[in-house]
Amino acid sequence: MLILECPYCGVMADETDLHGGGEAHLKRFGPGSSDDDFETYLFHRANPKGVHFERWRHVSGCGKWFHAARNTMTLEVYGTYPAQTYEPPKELVAKIKKKHPEWGGWK
Amino acid sequence: MSNAVSALQGESFDGYCKVEEAGLVGMITLRGDLASKGVAKAVKAATGAAMPGQGEITQGAKGRVGWMSPDELLLIVDHGDAPKVVETATKSLAKENALVVNVSDARAVYRVKGAACREVIAKLAPADMSVMQPGMLRRSRIAQIPAAFYMEDDETAVLVCFRSVAQYAFDLLKDAAKPGGEVNP
Repeated sequence: MLILECPYCGVMADETDLHGGGEAHLKRFGPGSSDDDFETYLFHRANPKGVHFERWRHVSGCGKWFHAARNTMTLEVYGTYPAQTYEPPKELVAKIKKKHPEWGGWK
Repeated sequence: MSNAVSALQGESFDGYCKVEEAGLVGMITLRGDLASKGVAKAVKAATGAAMPGQGEITQGAKGRVGWMSPDELLLIVDHGDAPKVVETATKSLAKENALVVNVSDARAVYRVKGAACREVIAKLAPADMSVMQPGMLRRSRIAQIPAAFYMEDDETAVLVCFRSVAQYAFDLLKDAAKPGGEVNP
């Protein structure tokens, strides 16, 4: 069972309290962008084995979206943080990097 | 004036905990900037309670105020007073980006009474009930529906859900409180 701490409520919410929103920190390509960019934005998602940044919604709690960094292989959760950001917090990235020196960075 | 009735009109069940529908309860949703002084003032005027912190519920002379999300509060007041409270709060928050709505008729409220009231809810929700103390509010789910719960005192848990699923919630609580179903008999 995946348990994430909601950064807004401060409670440990389990998977059944949450709704997954897929890969985090996508750059949107909207009207006026090239077809290739638009296709990438719509359909192409990272599916790493290892460190992954995801969006989650605390659906039966506060209803807010937040981000989580976790490991898709070990299910280890590195941390969660509010969604009002374009990139993961530096401390979190540093923490993951320290743990997994071979990891190539978040993007 | 129509005759207001609660979802199950006070139905109750005696299991190893007593489950009862709380009857008519006034509930108001207030959304806005919780850090603003105007909101704190409106809340104080409506319930007499102080602003709750994250995951808390506070009590005043006229009602309770629960923290629902970073921009939402639940005001629990007397059912008859609710329309007036909404009117007053709307007026006092006119200059703020805030919203006050009477949701009394959209909710059902249950009381679970007994020493094992935490256990009854713990059977249905993925929340850690063992840490729940009076003054804390948790929004989560029971079985398939969203619900919020808090402790009125150490042996009374109050559960709030949508009125449209009132019967479902009552059946769940009844089932969880059935004699013989004690986890720690």
